[in-house]
Amino acid sequence: MRQRSAIVGVGQTPYRSHQNFTIPELSQQAAFQALEMAGMTMDDIDAIVYSMGPSQFLGVNEPDKWCVDAIGGRHKSFMRIHTGGATGASAAQAGFYHVASGLFNTVLVVGADKVRECKDSQQVLNTIWDPFYERQFGLTTITMAAFQAVRHMYLYGTTEEQMALVAVRSWENALSNPVAHLKGKISVDDVMKSLYYCWPIKKYDTCPSSAGGAAVVIASEEIVRKSGRKPAWIRGCSEFANTVFLGDQMGGMAQVDFADSDILAMAAAEAYRQAGIREPAREIRVAEMYAPFTLCELPMVEALGFCRKGGSGRLNEEGFFNRDGRVAVNPSGGTLCTNAIAVAALARICDGCCRSWVWRRRGCRSRMTAMPCARARGDRSSFTPS
Amino acid sequence: MGHIETLPGGWSVEYHYAMGPTGVKFFTALKEEAKITAPKCPKCGLVMLPPRSFCERCFVEADQWVEVGAEGTIQSFTIVPVKFESLPDPPYAVAYVLLDGAGTAMVNFVKNLDLTDIREAARKLAIGNRVRVVFEKERKGTIQDFHYELI
Repeated sequence: MRQRSAIVGVGQTPYRSHQNFTIPELSQQAAFQALEMAGMTMDDIDAIVYSMGPSQFLGVNEPDKWCVDAIGGRHKSFMRIHTGGATGASAAQAGFYHVASGLFNTVLVVGADKVRECKDSQQVLNTIWDPFYERQFGLTTITMAAFQAVRHMYLYGTTEEQMALVAVRSWENALSNPVAHLKGKISVDDVMKSLYYCWPIKKYDTCPSSAGGAAVVIASEEIVRKSGRKPAWIRGCSEFANTVFLGDQMGGMAQVDFADSDILAMAAAEAYRQAGIREPAREIRVAEMYAPFTLCELPMVEALGFCRKGGSGRLNEEGFFNRDGRVAVNPSGGTLCTNAIAVAALARICDGCCRSWVWRRRGCRSRMTAMPCARARGDRSSFTPS
Repeated sequence: MGHIETLPGGWSVEYHYAMGPTGVKFFTALKEEAKITAPKCPKCGLVMLPPRSFCERCFVEADQWVEVGAEGTIQSFTIVPVKFESLPDPPYAVAYVLLDGAGTAMVNFVKNLDLTDIREAARKLAIGNRVRVVFEKERKGTIQDFHYELI
């Protein structure tokens, strides 16, 4: 690493089902917010990373080109990053590498999505599967979550009620997040009585299709010192890919079990090494993670080392992951309450930074780490303690 | 003045996906002989379904083909009771099954199962339960030339 880098500004538009703004407009709104917080203008930005997932949600091909001018990319270094659900985290990772390498001193990472402008996002997501062997069986990201849930329930005795509690906590957490899409007081009973989408995944176990934009500004240590702004230092960052075949991860000669998020555990171990974190559950106070379905969160908190495998369901009941618990998991409401796919993982970073800044302002003395992470098809995982 | 907010639009693109020699071999045996065959890694012995031309762990060509069993064990499943655009009409059940002799599980529909009571159907599809492969009479050389049924 040539130089240290930090996030010095974040921005998010409000998220909702529909936005009467175009993608360039939403991207620009988020970018302006992040720049304002960083005390910068477009002129201060050296390079731009555009965070954009599948183009089919928008129905506009190569939407990054559509947005170049709106976010100050003209005549500057500009690239689009697309890694499915992990897109926003991968874009921030690219921005981090831009600065850490010493090639740039200021990078704007920005994106926007409007998942509901297409008739059915699952029609798009079904095309992730290969056309010969898997796509024809109506597979979607919801069935993918269901396959994981079924195995987690089988191996560890996790119950639908324990999954439901994740929704109850997330929706309540989102009440204090002004930009969250879904929020409110719901009960385990509400979740249990909601419509099955793919057994055992029900309506309230599922994230919404959201529209909105997000942005972060990453700056080198030199810029941070000059600006006098409060930084969220990026202390570790790692990601690993996994096989796309779910059937390679269950029974037989499987190297990892699809019930678990072992690939995230590998990424976490590397990022913890970089950041010098030895006891995650003691050293980390908040985790923002890309868990678009209730069940996803349980193996993820296990993979991040907050508890043993299979132990998350019980700890969740005991409030371990509540805002005032040992590790506050998705205090923003997380992806379960807001999922503008192209920036959902970037939103985790925005929310993680904000939480870290709020606590520092309150004068908390203990070492605090906010940790966003993301996960997508093929179990690609990335995360950034800050 | 009219209230203009959205513009309708759409994409419609057709494809012809080349299956590759491994896919052709698999689907030919399926269509012509009603057999599920799989390539085996000469180094680690992994029998791969869906079939792949190379062992993705040893990076050697997997050119020894074996026939796998016509029965297997459920590894995971789901039941979809709602309609998604352009996806199969509900309700349908799908399961990842480790066929006897295979090293990895393969997904397919589970048919001949009453899905009216979703919780009851889910109990029957439990991980570890056995299924058999049922071949269609008229086979077209696609993955839907067979499905699973509970034993």
